[in-house]
Amino acid sequence: MISIKGLHKQFGQLEVLKGIDLQVEKGKVVVVIGPSGSGKTTMLRCLNVLETPTSGVISIEGQSLDFSKAVSKKNIASFRRLTGMVFQNYNLFPHKTALENVMEGPIIVKGESKETARKRATSLLEKVGLGDKMDYYPAQLSGGQQQRVGIARALAMEPEVMLFDEPTSALDPELVGEVLKVMKDLAQEGMTMIVVTHEMRFARDVADEVIFMDGGVVVERNKPEEIFTNPKEERTRKFLNMIQ
Amino acid sequence: MYLSSIFTDPERAEKLIEIAKTSLWPMLEGAIMNTIPLTLLSFVFGLILAVLTALARISHVKLFQGIARVYVSIIRGTPLLVQLFIIFYGLPNLGITLDPFISAVIGFSLSVGAYASEIIRAAILSIPKGQWEAGYSIGMTYTQALRRIILPQAARVSVPPLSNSFISLVKDTSLASLVLVTEMFRRAQVIAARNYEFLLVYTEAAIIYWVLCFFLSILQQYMERRLDRYV
Ligand SMILES: Nc1ncnc2c1ncn2[C@@H]1O[C@H](COP(=O)(O)OP(=O)(O)OP(=O)(O)O)[C@@H](O)[C@H]1O
Ligand SMILES: [Mg+2]
Repeated sequence: MISIKGLHKQFGQLEVLKGIDLQVEKGKVVVVIGPSGSGKTTMLRCLNVLETPTSGVISIEGQSLDFSKAVSKKNIASFRRLTGMVFQNYNLFPHKTALENVMEGPIIVKGESKETARKRATSLLEKVGLGDKMDYYPAQLSGGQQQRVGIARALAMEPEVMLFDEPTSALDPELVGEVLKVMKDLAQEGMTMIVVTHEMRFARDVADEVIFMDGGVVVERNKPEEIFTNPKEERTRKFLNMIQ
Repeated sequence: MYLSSIFTDPERAEKLIEIAKTSLWPMLEGAIMNTIPLTLLSFVFGLILAVLTALARISHVKLFQGIARVYVSIIRGTPLLVQLFIIFYGLPNLGITLDPFISAVIGFSLSVGAYASEIIRAAILSIPKGQWEAGYSIGMTYTQALRRIILPQAARVSVPPLSNSFISLVKDTSLASLVLVTEMFRRAQVIAARNYEFLLVYTEAAIIYWVLCFFLSILQQYMERRLDRYV
């Protein structure tokens, strides 16, 4: 269970998140949609503590951070391990092979032995369909393959929740499917996921709930079939009309 | 005049060849015993100092930033020769008397440390922010991300400019002759002072420097090609 309460984030004078409240139950998939600049990325980055929220409480599976008080670096580092982040532009380590990218966290952060880490990294890469590309460097992989390595790298830390920030929006159209398929499989295995995406098919097929954000607040949340066919808020309707 | 005398006076030509031959070994000895060790030691110590300085510059601790900045500013703002003179001729006034070779190693290390720190700092800053974030996102601390993700990539970026610094350093060590290190150029000066064949002896020294740097630049090309492979 993930719970976000009163999440605020300000960059200087600009208030980007204006009090987000959100609960996500274990095993659920939440898709976040909303216009550019509405704060979707910022919200995910706050969950991963890549940005320090101005105030608010985030808890994941019983561990919580209250940002109205000072939080220690150590607490942040241990909190980060609860979430796995998948970046829009992959952010793979270019000097490491696919296998090394996935092994890095378990070895360096968790202190696993090379052997254990290699075994799990191998099976994760096989799972995302890259069993034959393990010794390739990121520069030798297509965007879709790189993103799947990115997913495996995050999974290797055994997070409670996976965060995806537009994981397919940097990809050529023909490569989008392979990444979405991996994400769909993950969802079916019961992984808790928060996904920012413009892939409405994916939202319809996989999401338990869709959240529409605008101007730094959650405007509407509902089951995908409801929100897509019968949005309650005018702003949601406008946005959906615009993208469909 | 000089050149024509070689062709018209076979005896003089023979004498010059003899001088060139006999002075070659002492100069090479100076290169092997002093120029090369001085270059290598100063570069290694300098690089360590440079990494520390670069890290201080990018750290969030104001005191470290300040110290690093003042150090780089002093070294870059004063002539290397003056720095060497202060260390070798100046420090004895404070009761600190150093061996010429050691003075030179200190002077050159401080110099490499300052200039290379700028190269390394720029290399670290050239690594995209997303690389830090990817490290953090899998739970790394600042130090872990720095050591495992950022520095290895920054090292690759730094190789070409640092190779240039290394080649410059080989040539700069000739300044050590002025603080009495008997490196290659000091040998050349001593030999030339004895036989007055300045042109011949100094040209010979120049050729040895050039050959050294030529091999280093081949090595540099080889390293760059290797590092280019995957990034
Ligand atoms: N580090 C930062 N410093 C200052 N402003 C920022 C920073 N990061 C984001 N912002 C601002 O915060 C607002 C929300 O940005 P955010 O990236 O969260 O939006 P988004 O919903 O993900 O948009 P998009 O769909 O374009 O990705 C934007 O106005 C952006 O300019
Ligand atoms: Mg975004």
